[in-house]
Amino acid sequence: MAVSVDEAVSAGPTPDRPPPARRVRRRGHGRSVLEVVLLTVLAVVMLFPVLWMIETSIKENRDVYAVPAEFFGFTVTLDHFRDVFVGADGGRSALSVAFLNSVVVAGVSTVLATVLGVPAAWAYSRFTLKAKKDQLFFILSTRFMPPVVVVVPIFLMYRQVGLIDSKLGLILIYAAFNVPFTIWMMKGFVDEVPAEYEDAAMLDGYSRLQAFGKFTLPLLVPGIAATAVFALIFSWNEFVFAIFLTSSDDVRTAPPAIAGLIGGTTVDWGLVAAASVVFALPVLVFAYLVRRHLVAGVTLGAVRR
Amino acid sequence: MKDPVPLTTDRPGQVVSATPPAPGRSRRRLSDRGLAVVFVSPALLLLLGMSVFPLLWALYLSFTDYSATRGGPARFVGFGNYTAILTSAQVHQRALTTLIYVVGAVTLQTVLGFAIAYLISRRTHGRGVLTTLFLVPMMLSPVVVGLFWRFMLDAQFGVVNSMLGSLGLGQVEWLTRQRTALVSLIVVDTWQWTPFIMLIALAGLTAVPKYLYEAASIDRASEWFRFRTITLPLVWPLLLIAVLFRAIEAFRLFDLVYILTSGGPGVSTETLSFHVYKVAFLGFNTGTASAYGILMVLVVIVLTQLYLRYLNKLKEG
Repeated sequence: MAVSVDEAVSAGPTPDRPPPARRVRRRGHGRSVLEVVLLTVLAVVMLFPVLWMIETSIKENRDVYAVPAEFFGFTVTLDHFRDVFVGADGGRSALSVAFLNSVVVAGVSTVLATVLGVPAAWAYSRFTLKAKKDQLFFILSTRFMPPVVVVVPIFLMYRQVGLIDSKLGLILIYAAFNVPFTIWMMKGFVDEVPAEYEDAAMLDGYSRLQAFGKFTLPLLVPGIAATAVFALIFSWNEFVFAIFLTSSDDVRTAPPAIAGLIGGTTVDWGLVAAASVVFALPVLVFAYLVRRHLVAGVTLGAVRR
Repeated sequence: MKDPVPLTTDRPGQVVSATPPAPGRSRRRLSDRGLAVVFVSPALLLLLGMSVFPLLWALYLSFTDYSATRGGPARFVGFGNYTAILTSAQVHQRALTTLIYVVGAVTLQTVLGFAIAYLISRRTHGRGVLTTLFLVPMMLSPVVVGLFWRFMLDAQFGVVNSMLGSLGLGQVEWLTRQRTALVSLIVVDTWQWTPFIMLIALAGLTAVPKYLYEAASIDRASEWFRFRTITLPLVWPLLLIAVLFRAIEAFRLFDLVYILTSGGPGVSTETLSFHVYKVAFLGFNTGTASAYGILMVLVVIVLTQLYLRYLNKLKEG
């Protein structure tokens, strides 16, 4: 069973401090206060950059560059957010096109990875295949290849077959990077569904395939959803392949488009901040939805307890 | 009292067909073996086409002097590219930079992440909220993280220097000095990935059985003794997995360097990944870059094997 954030709330060692003497209790109390203070400081340090990003995105330009920095009392404006979506000529901005591309690329590649990965995970879970463990480890290790190294031959390959600067090219490579994750993550979920369900169904006359489709698959839906959300996040955030395999504005996804905002001589940091907020918000929402499976998700399905 | 509920109806969301198909109705049933092959091979084919084949191609190119821009036929040069890279002082310098970065960042993350997890695990209230808040940096794209820290670390109008100024401390050129740029890179990576270690460590900490602590407190064991003999040994295997995972990720890091410093100033923050990119896409020495990449892949394979071995041990143990 996967360890989840929710479980971490309820379970675990409670402060087992049976205090017989008062002296001990006071020392324990002082220590507890110290720990709370320490945690608060750490939380503030970790969250400050995120808060600062949000603040910058709603500041007017002169406040963005104010020295010393303004923490409170600046004029709030939503101009930067408008600039993210609306171009200078009043039409759609290049950024909004990039966001749309990201939705398409991340969405389709996730569907592809799920369609390929879920049946494979089921097969790896249920059947005895030749060198199954080696196959699974090989699958996971493809996910660890340095993207910069893979992108060189992929670039040459795509140039040969005309997939350079196309959404299909990105979709294929993202699917290939998400399939190992999907298989590992889903295998964990399939392992949790007793194989006896299928055996019982087969005694009733169903074929193995029907047993999978009618009885196991419905039980896997929550797991598939969680896995797909993680694949979606990985594709959405991906940068290396996106920047090397695409170049034109109508194909480019959001990460290289946002990075392109700092290419010029002057940088509109308010716009960068607003674009980053718009980009990061869906990820945070999705991550919150799958918080129960975070441990498995961020370790590519490898760690489950 | 036992209730003989049939297996197939005690689960919600399950479609139960009233009339099971008569055996033998389907014309040709796939054997289990055939089914397994049909289900597994599409995924494996995609991996072969998009991961294995490119690597094999890179392996071939690494023995040639091929250049993606010059074109023309590739000439076979044997191990020339490999000896050139392994004896290059430039590459040695990048390897050292990468080593400093990987060791520095992963060590900091581990210490901080474990400390935070330990502090959270001792709380009774608000653990869920705290954990969720701490996890935010990890979910952000490296692009967003890199860009934003670049803004915050700006020497003139960056908020970090502004705060240092109001504390009466001097200004630091975070990203434009040789020494501080690498430190900045380590700091930013630590900021983003400390939550990762924290999350895994927390999973380990909450899985430690409570009765162990109870037994220890009956024996009047000191807090430090309990930590050293109960907490650490039980969390260590999981923590080791997290550390190795981070080490692999840090070793192949590219995007953060690209956004935050572009390898500069000079070459002070050029990691191996970034150097491969420069050789391949700015120098257009595709053959050399392929050899470089293959060598990196070898390192990754060794690290991955280590990671998988520990993972296996954890699963079996």
